[in-house]
Amino acid sequence: MKVGLFIPCYVNALYPQVGEASYRLLRSLGVEVDYPLDQTCCGQPMANAGYERDAEPLARRMEQLFAGYDYVVGPSASCASFIRESYPRLTSHNDGSPCLASRIYEICEFVHDILRPSQLDASFHHKVSIHNSCHGVRMLHLSTPSELNVPHRSKLRELLELVEGIEVFEPKRVDECCGFGGMFAVEERDVSVCMGRDKVRDHLSTGAEYITGADSSCLMHMQGVIDREGFPIRTKHIVEILTAKE
Amino acid sequence: MSTHAKAAAKFLADRDRAAWHDRALYLVREKRDRMAHSVPEWETLRQAASDIKLHTLSHLGHYLEQFERNATANGMIVHWAEDAEAMNRIVGQIVREHGGRKLVKSKSMLSEECGLTPYLAEQGVEAVESDLGERIMQLMHRPPSHIVLPAIHVRREEVGALFEREMATEPGNSDPTYLTHAARKCLRETFRTADISMTGVNFAIAAEGSFAVCTNEGNADLGTSFPDLHIAIMGLEKVIPDYASLAVFTRLLARSATGQPVTTYTSLYRRPEPGKEIHVVIVDNGRTESLCNEAHRNMLKCLRCGACMNTCPVYRRSGGYSYSYFIPGPLGINLGMLRSPERYGGNVSGCSLCYSCSNVCPARIDLGEQIYAWRQEMDADGVADPQKKMMVKTMNVLMRHKGLFYTAIKGAALAPRFVYNNRFNPWCAGREMPRFARRSFNELWKSGMIDQPKKEEK
Ligand code: SF4
Repeated sequence: MKVGLFIPCYVNALYPQVGEASYRLLRSLGVEVDYPLDQTCCGQPMANAGYERDAEPLARRMEQLFAGYDYVVGPSASCASFIRESYPRLTSHNDGSPCLASRIYEICEFVHDILRPSQLDASFHHKVSIHNSCHGVRMLHLSTPSELNVPHRSKLRELLELVEGIEVFEPKRVDECCGFGGMFAVEERDVSVCMGRDKVRDHLSTGAEYITGADSSCLMHMQGVIDREGFPIRTKHIVEILTAKE
Repeated sequence: MSTHAKAAAKFLADRDRAAWHDRALYLVREKRDRMAHSVPEWETLRQAASDIKLHTLSHLGHYLEQFERNATANGMIVHWAEDAEAMNRIVGQIVREHGGRKLVKSKSMLSEECGLTPYLAEQGVEAVESDLGERIMQLMHRPPSHIVLPAIHVRREEVGALFEREMATEPGNSDPTYLTHAARKCLRETFRTADISMTGVNFAIAAEGSFAVCTNEGNADLGTSFPDLHIAIMGLEKVIPDYASLAVFTRLLARSATGQPVTTYTSLYRRPEPGKEIHVVIVDNGRTESLCNEAHRNMLKCLRCGACMNTCPVYRRSGGYSYSYFIPGPLGINLGMLRSPERYGGNVSGCSLCYSCSNVCPARIDLGEQIYAWRQEMDADGVADPQKKMMVKTMNVLMRHKGLFYTAIKGAALAPRFVYNNRFNPWCAGREMPRFARRSFNELWKSGMIDQPKKEEK
């Protein structure tokens, strides 16, 4: 099994430690991982802003970079869901080559569904609150959307519970949006910031020391709010916890 | 800034009030969740509702004519109105022929859509709202801010002050029960003296030629009991095949709307009492055109339950008046765009694409997906935000040229923080910027630091 590591643009620029932890997590589970060099962006920000067509050259480049891999795995639920939803529209596969959409996985989804480890070599003696991000929940079904009446499960929780010493919580409004939303964060900045504050407070009220989740973008937005307001909580991407030794 | 973003900023300036508004509506969402989770076949019901609507909409002519035939056979009089103007004219005509100056009205979004009340006022006919929330808004001379809970944004103290002025209630008394009783006393007088009654239509049942009106206050029933003329107005998408399908919708409607098992009153109107008349006005007003719009025709499945508003994190924090269309929330963003992208394009930014609306909608309308689709059409329609367009174009250049991208992020990492973390950056309104890493993941990988995690610099 050959896995290509997909590192979204903002993770590359802001959170290399998340990329590094993703790599370590996959390696520790015995997977052969490679990082195709010079990745930029999958095109999601343009598309959510209303310029999906502008993502086309980026989609083509992604298809080229990852052509030889059985699975393409990245630490961002919203990017993975964008690729899965939109790439079939954006790239042509008349030559019969499979679309990246069929091989893209968010890393927790990949670990949970494909690798299925029964244990992890990780310890994290802290209280964490899970951030169930919208695209993670409602597009990728990392956990069951709270609106639906179907049996409940949470892949993030199941993985976190393999970590030694961890205490896992979830906010009261379990999958309410944090207000990031890509361009929405600046275009509707007042609503976005208000949603962010409300969400961080909800996480805080669980008593957790960390907010964790599968989307660095939501975490970035909430960390921005935390830094401004001085809230006593921090954000940490879930792969950093799944590989932690604390 | 879009019209919605601007209006939302104003709404949010009063933080306490905004927080109260958010809580009040989230409570309704929670009640809805409890109901949805207590019906084991809930998701099957939603699918059935969606399928029945799709079927009916694909055979709309057939069912509407069947409804007309059967309703006429039952002794009702059916009218067809092409647009708002035609509806108002027809209603005006019926009223004139019948005579009367006082019309008692139960809730109807269609009358808001067509501006019926002001039209009737010009004809010397006073239309009195009999739904409590609608009545409050009418007395305040403001439109409803929610399609099911029209006065949800008004605090009870404000209602107290309003009733004190309008109904001479005790000064300073804002006890909800007391105020409701006061309103009830006033409305009883209206019910007794009205010459004409008007209702909306929740469902028109083609096979039976009857229609259902759902209320919680019994105001439609009271309103239609005394006058000998009942005018019912309906959008043409309200038709459904039969009673079996009605059963699906009545199970979904109140649970989705307010978290009740069923609306308190679900009344079927089938034939007029001897000596009385029931007129049904079937209104198109752009609906046929929406039906032709393949990407967005799903909107016609809407039951007007309001669940998508209650769950919308943006609506809850920006209020009904922040939308330029008369229907707010995810539903209103979509319907406004169907009506006129030029006039209502300013609402489309009011969505973080969380897709909660699509998951609560009892008719399984893909509301969030459709907002995403509208965004894709805005540039071609010439209604895209120029500033946003520029940001996207800049991003395009950066992301399509790896050299530029990596130079840019390196530059950002080396630049002093105030260069991007300042008040001119819209991100920084209420948030700090993240810090750029000294070395990108790409750089770390290239220099071999990833494969040897121990040597990695922290
Ligand atoms: S779109 Fe769906 S959720 Fe919204 S009001 Fe209509 S039926 Fe209800």
